[in-house]
Amino acid sequence: MRIPLLLELAAEAVPDRIAIDGSEGALSYAALQARAQAFAASLAGSPAAHIGYLGVNAPALPVALFGAALAGLPFCPLNYRLPDETLRRLAARLAPALIVADEAMADRLAGIHGIEILPRDALWRLTETPADGFVPVEGSDIAVLLFTSGTSGEPKAALLRHENLTSYVFQTVEFLGADEDEAALVSVPPYHVAAVSALLTSVYNGRRIVQLESFQPEAWVDSARRFAVTHAMLVPTMLGRVLDVLETAQATLPSLRALAYGGGRMPLPVIRRALDLLPGVAFTNAYGLTETSSTLSILGPEDHDAARSGEEESLRRLGSVGRPVPGVAVEIRDPDGRVLAAGEPGEIWVRGEQVSGEYVGRKATDDAGWFPTRDLGWFDEAGYLFIDGRLDDVIVRGGENISPGEIEDVLRQHPAVADVAVIGAPDQEWGERIVAFAVAQGTIPAEAELQDWVRTRLRSTKAPQQIFFRDMLPYNETGKLLRRTLRDELAAG
Amino acid sequence: MIKPGSRWKSRVCTAEAVLIRPPKSEGLPQCGGVDMAPVGEEAAPADMQPGLDQGCVVGKRYRSEATGIELLCTKAGQGSLGFAGAALDPVEAKKLPSSD
Repeated sequence: MRIPLLLELAAEAVPDRIAIDGSEGALSYAALQARAQAFAASLAGSPAAHIGYLGVNAPALPVALFGAALAGLPFCPLNYRLPDETLRRLAARLAPALIVADEAMADRLAGIHGIEILPRDALWRLTETPADGFVPVEGSDIAVLLFTSGTSGEPKAALLRHENLTSYVFQTVEFLGADEDEAALVSVPPYHVAAVSALLTSVYNGRRIVQLESFQPEAWVDSARRFAVTHAMLVPTMLGRVLDVLETAQATLPSLRALAYGGGRMPLPVIRRALDLLPGVAFTNAYGLTETSSTLSILGPEDHDAARSGEEESLRRLGSVGRPVPGVAVEIRDPDGRVLAAGEPGEIWVRGEQVSGEYVGRKATDDAGWFPTRDLGWFDEAGYLFIDGRLDDVIVRGGENISPGEIEDVLRQHPAVADVAVIGAPDQEWGERIVAFAVAQGTIPAEAELQDWVRTRLRSTKAPQQIFFRDMLPYNETGKLLRRTLRDELAAG
Repeated sequence: MIKPGSRWKSRVCTAEAVLIRPPKSEGLPQCGGVDMAPVGEEAAPADMQPGLDQGCVVGKRYRSEATGIELLCTKAGQGSLGFAGAALDPVEAKKLPSSD
C-alpha cells in the first residue's frame, strides 16, 4: 500500500472539497491530485533519487510530497533553521536530488554537487498543466526521509516506508470520516513528522488542512479564527505562547473543538492553564517519534476532562502520555532486555506496523521487530505511560542512574522557578554531578533553598550540586530542550 | 497474489473497493457472492447470490479474521463484500481522538 492511494481515493470521492487552505488560497482534492501527478510526470527521466523540500508550509508541500511518491521517489523535507553548513551537509547526503526551495532560501543550497534546485514558484507554474494519462511509478518502498533533530549528535536520516505511513493512517482515521466543516491547522514545520502525518491523515479523513507558513502565536490565533479551525496540534512551547496571546488579547477560539499536543515534555502548569482558558476544547496528549510515523500513545479528552474536575488521580495522569494506540505494543525493558512490571522504570520499546525504527544504512529494530526508543518511562497500574526523558540524558552519579526529568518536574513546582533544565557534568569524584540551569520567576531564589526543595521531595543524591540562573533556556523551534548546548556551555566554562 | 492497494469493482452492483490487506489464501475479493473484477477491466455483470445482499458503505472497512482479508469500500452498493463465499464483517469505526 502506497501513500498516493490516500489522495487518489479522496480526489475521486470528494473532488471539489477543499484539501489545502491558508493565506496562499485554497486547493481542492482534485486540484491537489492533478498537481501532484503533473509534478511526478515532470520527473520522468530525472536523475534524482530523492525529492527534497526546503521551505515553509505552503500548498507546494503536499504537491511535492504526493508528487514524489507518485514518481516512486523518497521525499525529504529539510530543516531551514539549521546553520548553512549543516544544511548543506544534509542536502549533500540526498544527492542526486531535486530540492524544491522557497525563493528566499534557494541560494543556501547553491553549488552542491548532485543537487538541482526547483524554486517553489517554478513548481507551481510547472504543475498548472495536468499530465493526462499519467501512470504512477512504483519505485522506492521509502516514502519519507526525516533527519532527526540531532540534539545528541549528527542528525540521522530516519526512513518511513509507504507501509509504515499507510498503516498509521488506517489505524488512526476513517476514510472521509471528518464532518464537512472540519479544518485542521498545521503550524509545525514541514520537516517535523507531525506535519507529514497531519497531511496524510487529513487527506484520507477528508478534513481541510489550514497551513500556517511558520508558527507565530498571533498568526496562529488569527488563522484559527479566520479559517474556522476545528482541530490543531501544537508542541508544548507553542501552546504556552498561544495561551499568552489569548490572555493578552482577551481572544477566544469559537470554532476550536480539539487541541492535540506533543513533541516534547508538557509542563503541568501550562496544560492546567490551557484547560482553564479553553473550557470547551477536547485535549489530547500524543506521544510519538519520527521513527514511529508519529503517535504511539494518547491521553485523551476524557482524561483531560477528569483532570479539569480536579480529581487527584486524573491530575497525576495529566503527567502521562496515556495509553498505547491500537496496533502498537509497548514494553518497558531493563538494560538486559527483561520486560519490567508496572511501576518499574526502564527503556521504552515499541512494535507495530507503523514503527519503522530504521535509518539510512542502519536498522535499529531487533529480530522480532521491537524498536528501542531511547526514551525512559514506566507504566502505572492502569496502563498509563509516563515518560522520564531520554536514555542519553541519564545522569550516572556514583553508580546511581538519575533521570533529569524527575528533578526538573520537582524544581518546576517551586514558586520561584519558571523553567529549568538539569544535566550531568563530568565530575572527578562521582563520575557525573548534577547541574541545574533555572529561569527564575521574579526574585532569584537561594541555591540552598532549591537544593533543600529537591532533597526533601526526592532524596539527597538527587539535589543539584550547582544551580545556574539564566534569562532563558535553549529550545529548538519544535520545543526540544537543547541539553547539548548547556553541556557545551558548561564545558567552555 | 493480489496486492494491497489494488482496486476492485463489483459485478453485481455499483460497489467498488480497495484491498487493504490480502487474504492468506488464494482467491479474489467478492461482492454479492461473485468475484470482483479489477477496476479498469471489462467484466461481465452477474447475479447476486442469495443472502449476500447486505450492502456496503463508502469509507467503511470490511474484514475477515479467519482469512485475513480486509477491504475498504470506496463506492457504495447493494452487495455484501466478501471472500470465499462468505460476507466480511464491518470493522467498528475508531473513536481515537485526533492527534496530529
